[in-house]
Amino acid sequence: MKLANGLVLDNRAGKIVLGLLLPVLVVVLWQAAGPNGSLFGGVLPTPDRVWTAWKIWAFGPAGMGLNPYSGTWLDNALFSTERVAKGFGAAILVGVPLGIAIGWWRLAAQAFDPTIQVLRPIPITAWLPFSIAVFGIRDVGSVFLIALGAFYPIVINTTQGARGIDKNWIRAALMMGAKPMDVLTRVVLPASLPSIFTGLRVGLGIGWTAVIVSEMIAVKSGLGYVLWDAYYVGRMDVVIADMASIGLLGFLSDRLIIAIESWLLGWHRMQSFQA
Amino acid sequence: MGNVSFRATSKTFPGKVPVHALDDITLEIKDGEFVALLGPSGCGKSTLLNLLAGFETRSGGELTFDGATVDKPGPDRGVVFQEASLFPWLNVWDNITFGPRVQGLKHDEYESKARAMLKLVGLEAFADALPAQLSGGMRQRVGIARVLVMSPRALLMDEPFGALDAQTRLAMQQLLLDVWQTLGTTVLFVTHDIDESILLADRICIMSARPGRITREIAVGLPRPRSIESLTTSAFAAYKAEIMAEMKIAHAG
Repeated sequence: MKLANGLVLDNRAGKIVLGLLLPVLVVVLWQAAGPNGSLFGGVLPTPDRVWTAWKIWAFGPAGMGLNPYSGTWLDNALFSTERVAKGFGAAILVGVPLGIAIGWWRLAAQAFDPTIQVLRPIPITAWLPFSIAVFGIRDVGSVFLIALGAFYPIVINTTQGARGIDKNWIRAALMMGAKPMDVLTRVVLPASLPSIFTGLRVGLGIGWTAVIVSEMIAVKSGLGYVLWDAYYVGRMDVVIADMASIGLLGFLSDRLIIAIESWLLGWHRMQSFQA
Repeated sequence: MGNVSFRATSKTFPGKVPVHALDDITLEIKDGEFVALLGPSGCGKSTLLNLLAGFETRSGGELTFDGATVDKPGPDRGVVFQEASLFPWLNVWDNITFGPRVQGLKHDEYESKARAMLKLVGLEAFADALPAQLSGGMRQRVGIARVLVMSPRALLMDEPFGALDAQTRLAMQQLLLDVWQTLGTTVLFVTHDIDESILLADRICIMSARPGRITREIAVGLPRPRSIESLTTSAFAAYKAEIMAEMKIAHAG
């Protein structure tokens, strides 16, 4: 990393310190701005209050006490995570094979591409009433929205990857006696993986958006439900703790994808590095 | 086995402006013969190779390989590409054994052959390396080994050393001479490098463009076995002068 004065910041610790500078500054200013524990006439609690609220939410005794959120953080985080995992998994199972097919066979492109292109501009939020009407206030509606939201970037990036393959790789495989199915699984799929992972990362982000939106309206559990519920009863400390929790889970799941990507795509990183 | 026969073969690429890439090609290549296609870019020499490889379909005439009409690619005709076109996600060993594996051979059936070919091209120490870790010349060695492991009856090489620096190219030419002089496979070798064609080939087919035609065939009588030392002999210089004269005529016509 190069600093403005020409110094080079290369050690890991230095980078972490620099990266933490801005958030720490914001938190300190925010805390200092509310000497009575809140800003804007009591609307916005200071970080210490948010932290206290989160600790009770996460580690407080569960049960029907005065604080209905006490001790429910883990359950709600798991509800949301499970929905994202199910919806995201479904989006991968449908999106990757379909994207390969669309990128590879002109017939599949002609059959599916127009439908996808027409449906794609409908925002995931616009599907909410439809989802509630069809699936009711149940998990499956939330999973449906996540799957649909994550599906588009996955299928589109996979298609792009399958289309952009070096023609000579296909020729080489056929020359060596590969059958059409071998070409798909041993050449087209691995060659498309870098694009597929781009789609997965974008899709996962949309998955987290979809889970929060759907939980706010269409189900009665999860971080999205708590977020809206806490807002209604004026618990802005819980609202902000909830927002931070969503951010944390989204960040960690993205890191997980990146870890899998760098494990599978060492060859690609090496190739880009060389180029 | 490894007999190639083009009879009045032609190729036109369809489109708004159809491209008449090859016109009335007649060419016989005997088993074990090393034939070079020499000509400027755009003369259709790669198209001719692609027809024999089965990558393109001919528009007219006949094309047979060992008596059978060529209509698709297959491991009997091993192709070496200009940029090697290795699979970058597979290491050297997996690239070399790709052919036997997709053909359903068992590990025991191909392992010793693959080891031998890896040794033949001097890459025993690099079996686990990824293509991105290799130099251009090493990648092309892998490209050659991965076709040799299939024991093809013909080797089709499309400007395989065209992207290499001069010194590496000489080393690769020597390697190919050694390999060919050992295995004796039929070779069709596309190049625009006059020296390369004289050094390697038994027969040089000089081509001209628009439409692509073979304008002249020259038998190269340099004694075998050859090596890159052959490049400095007076007989070599005589062939070079003859070809240069011919190619000027080919350009003007």
